Amino acid sequence: MGSEFNAVYYLWKRELIRYYRAKSRIIGSLAMPIFFLAFLGMGLGSAFTGVQGIGGSYMEFMAPGMIGMVLLFSSIFSGITVIMDKQFGILKEILVAPVSRFSVVMGKALGGTTTAIIQGILVLFIVMLMGIEINLYNLPLALIFMVLISLSFVSLGLAIASRMEDMHGFQLVMNFLIMPMFLLSSALFPLDGLPAWLKTISYLNPLTYGVDGLRGLFVGYSHFPVFFDLAVLAGFCVAMLLLGTYLFNKRE
Amino acid sequence: MNSISVKDITRKFGKLVAVDKVSLQIKEGELFGLLGPNGAGKTTLLSMLSTTLYPTSGTAEVNGFDVVKNPSEVRKSIGMVFQDPSLDDELTAFENLDMHGAFYGMNKKIRREKINEVIELVDLKEKLSIIVKNYSGGMKRRLEIARGLMHMPKVLFLDEPTLGLDPQTRRHIWDYIKQLNRRGKITVILTTHYMEEADYLCDRIAIIDNGKIIAIGKSDDLKEIIGGDVISVKSGDNERLGKLLGEKSWAKKIVQQDAFVTVSTAGAEKKIPEIIKLAEKADIEIESVSLRKPTLEDVFLHYTGKTMRAEEGNSRDSVKAFMRMHGRRV
Repeated sequence: MGSEFNAVYYLWKRELIRYYRAKSRIIGSLAMPIFFLAFLGMGLGSAFTGVQGIGGSYMEFMAPGMIGMVLLFSSIFSGITVIMDKQFGILKEILVAPVSRFSVVMGKALGGTTTAIIQGILVLFIVMLMGIEINLYNLPLALIFMVLISLSFVSLGLAIASRMEDMHGFQLVMNFLIMPMFLLSSALFPLDGLPAWLKTISYLNPLTYGVDGLRGLFVGYSHFPVFFDLAVLAGFCVAMLLLGTYLFNKRE
Repeated sequence: MNSISVKDITRKFGKLVAVDKVSLQIKEGELFGLLGPNGAGKTTLLSMLSTTLYPTSGTAEVNGFDVVKNPSEVRKSIGMVFQDPSLDDELTAFENLDMHGAFYGMNKKIRREKINEVIELVDLKEKLSIIVKNYSGGMKRRLEIARGLMHMPKVLFLDEPTLGLDPQTRRHIWDYIKQLNRRGKITVILTTHYMEEADYLCDRIAIIDNGKIIAIGKSDDLKEIIGGDVISVKSGDNERLGKLLGEKSWAKKIVQQDAFVTVSTAGAEKKIPEIIKLAEKADIEIESVSLRKPTLEDVFLHYTGKTMRAEEGNSRDSVKAFMRMHGRRV
């Protein structure tokens, strides 16, 4: 039991060390939300004023979406790095150790979740530096949302990774899964005015509930009640954890 | 007591039989070598013994634990150095070792002690805080060996420990392995396709080809099978010379190979004049005669009728070996 805990702890620590050492990755992934907020936020700001579903300014509406985006990108990517572990042989070393597969998944998932949340908090700072008003009283509950979003998508990344042989497929995942998920999550535009079919897809998108929940907590209005968002997201998280563990266990 | 006991183990990949009913006993403290060309099934056998691959049939015990029924006990008691690199390049040597120790349930204090011990053994103490991607190929290999020893395994598996390394580094690694085996009383099982490696290092050798053990024993005993020394003659008519030599009672085995006819015999020095006389009488021109002690290559040739180098035509393996050569420079 002690060795399982040790293993989870060290796998978690490994993700943090690698994150800390890859400074260019941190800067690169923070540039995107800054550009989105600065250019898109200002560019579309006037067009979006008074649109149904946007309570205040457009930038204020976008801000939680940007946090959701960074969490999504960073956590799926973390999960998928298992492929690199496999390619560079580190996974073999981990799997030949007397550690259960479940601990390996947990270590990886918690590590990816932690780094994604650090990214998310950095974006939160950026948002506040840009003068957008954020309700920090709700931060504890917002953090729970962030944990659920990250943990879900790291697990999804792990599940995808255990079906992939190399990183060549990542482009596909990026274009056909991550981008649509981001675009249809209400991160950039409200769900209210959408045509029915697009609305349906958005409702099936788990990230929608994450972004909506964060918006409710940080800027004070949301499409669904926040606790409904929380329940849906928690359910999705459990499902993804089970799926990730199952698929990861199954290989070899 | 046996460290390893294998009975009729078989592994198939689809139609391909990679390991074919291999049985094997390895004693505690032995330095044992699995010698064979690429694709002979050495790595597959090792993967089954280290519980990363299920056998299709047959059984194997490592340190008394069954590899299928009790994999976690097997894992705790073995150290493994893989053929392909398996270090985390973005961590320091210390972090790599420390992580390994954590996986094997060692507490912080014991990990510190063991890291100091194993790193000294492979002469990398000054490089402990360097990120591994800045290591040379030989250093990485040494670090992997050190890592395999962290948790004090009773059995250490080394899969092609010196593949792609330069001769000097190879020599160093050989010395480490020998030292480990003698001083630490660790059973070492290594795979190799280098004859000289098996010859220099191993107490006993099993020669593997096409998934089967074709010969097993001490290096000297294996060479004994050849029947003494080997004389290679290049002549105007190898075919006829071979036939004439075949009539001599002292000629143990005659093989036509490439441009040579080779004869194995005891006391070969004294037979050279006789061969020359025989050739002169039959009016066969002799171009060259050489005499050498038999090598494991001769043993391989004896059993399979082919040289080990000729076996290495598998393109995927050569690409792999090529990439390793270039990825693992010192």
